[in-house]
Amino acid sequence: MTDRALLVVRAGALTTVQDLGRPGYAHLGVPLSGALDAPTAALVNRLVGNPAKAAVLETTLDGCTLRPRCAVAVAVGGAPCPVTVDGRPVAWGAAVRVPAGALLDIGTAVSGVRGYVAVSGGVAVEPVLGSRSTDLLSGLGPPPLADGAVLPLGNVIGGHARVDVVPQPAPPAELVLRVTMGPRDDWFTPAALRAFTTSTYRVSSASNRIGLRTEGPSLERAFSGELPSEGMVLGAVQVPPDGRPVVFLADHPTTGGYPVIAVVRTPDLRAAAQATPGTPVRFVSVRRR
Amino acid sequence: MKGTSGTTSGTSGMRALPVGDDALLVELPSGEQAQALHAELLRRRAEGTLAVREIVPAARTVLLDGLADPVRLASELTASDMPPALPETQEIIELRVRYDGPDLADVAALWGMSEQEVARIHADTEFRVAFCGFAPGFGYLTGLPERYHVPRRATPRTSVPAGAVGLAGPYTGVYPRSSPGGWQLIGTTDAVLWDHARVPAALLAPGTRVRFVPVGRR
Repeated sequence: MTDRALLVVRAGALTTVQDLGRPGYAHLGVPLSGALDAPTAALVNRLVGNPAKAAVLETTLDGCTLRPRCAVAVAVGGAPCPVTVDGRPVAWGAAVRVPAGALLDIGTAVSGVRGYVAVSGGVAVEPVLGSRSTDLLSGLGPPPLADGAVLPLGNVIGGHARVDVVPQPAPPAELVLRVTMGPRDDWFTPAALRAFTTSTYRVSSASNRIGLRTEGPSLERAFSGELPSEGMVLGAVQVPPDGRPVVFLADHPTTGGYPVIAVVRTPDLRAAAQATPGTPVRFVSVRRR
Repeated sequence: MKGTSGTTSGTSGMRALPVGDDALLVELPSGEQAQALHAELLRRRAEGTLAVREIVPAARTVLLDGLADPVRLASELTASDMPPALPETQEIIELRVRYDGPDLADVAALWGMSEQEVARIHADTEFRVAFCGFAPGFGYLTGLPERYHVPRRATPRTSVPAGAVGLAGPYTGVYPRSSPGGWQLIGTTDAVLWDHARVPAALLAPGTRVRFVPVGRR
């Protein structure tokens, strides 16, 4: 029981390994991937003294249960939830010592969607193209966690966190996404452009790591015709034939053939990662920086 | 079409459209020009005069993502002359293929010739990877003349095996792994298109020249 590893006792609905992703390979069809709520992943890493590039666990709604085989420091952030060690409540959003062999339970989110679990040393699965992230679109990186899986941990370097507790934003009651219009806003009617920035959409339950899907007014195109495939960026708001905007998140395809009406500002994407189905969404047009 | 969001247009038909705060989509009149611009941008990045995180070519565009000043680059690009088509210096990757795909008869009917002639024409064509997408290592290969362009299948297959060689629109492609797909399948290759443990992981990258060599012919 001295090896540096985590036993997955309960994997949860969808728990994946995530780090900063795989930039630089989009031209080969490789999505960026990485933690959806990247600032929170960076924060929990800091709380346990890990470098920003260390891999963390990203949970979805119902947390997960882990048994470390060695004593570790753990920090849980993102969607607020109860955290226990051997059944005793411990702090959320702060570094916690977990003894070797103890049972660490990350409970169901009280609000929000995605929890982030940093463990001292970081999750040290084999990197693929420089990243340990699970990419659900293309299948690169480790598979989502399964009950009984064992995850290797890296060696602790540095060791001491520079922060104890830090404020984290609450998951959004209403998701306000600032967008810069284009590049294909000219594919839509003036009425559709008005509807896009004045209507209230709702987060669809079909949302995932690839995209935040919405329900609401259908956006009508100014003309029919097909757009040849073109490169897609993180935060692109693509409008498929059903007219409902989809906000591209970390596992988005690198090229696509539906027009992008606008692009969400990157700092607003962390809130998109935490918006539960049914949350109202508004797109607010802002000037380019 | 009128650009509404800060589009910069050049005399050569090049348009540069801002995408978010730090990306630029450069649109060109033809796929060949997009490939030439892509090669020119790679050259600039290699010589250190272009700082950018991603250069993603596609059918008629090149996306530049992770730019410090997209607006300045937009005016710079559209003010400059279109880069000339590059000399073909890159080696050719040969993919051994069996022309045994389940849609070969349909493609032969669309082309108005025998299956053997489809195979001969396809194998006599020099292709070039215009861009990648859909899945890691999936290249969109151009080279077939317009009269040989075919539509996608009316009903996509739920599973296409790895190594299947297909046609859709102006493109030829090889499925790097098993996946759903709507391309007309004309053949099969044993080549490994994608192996993340290999360097480079992708056999085909944008700009790579490709030939299909029928098994048993060399």
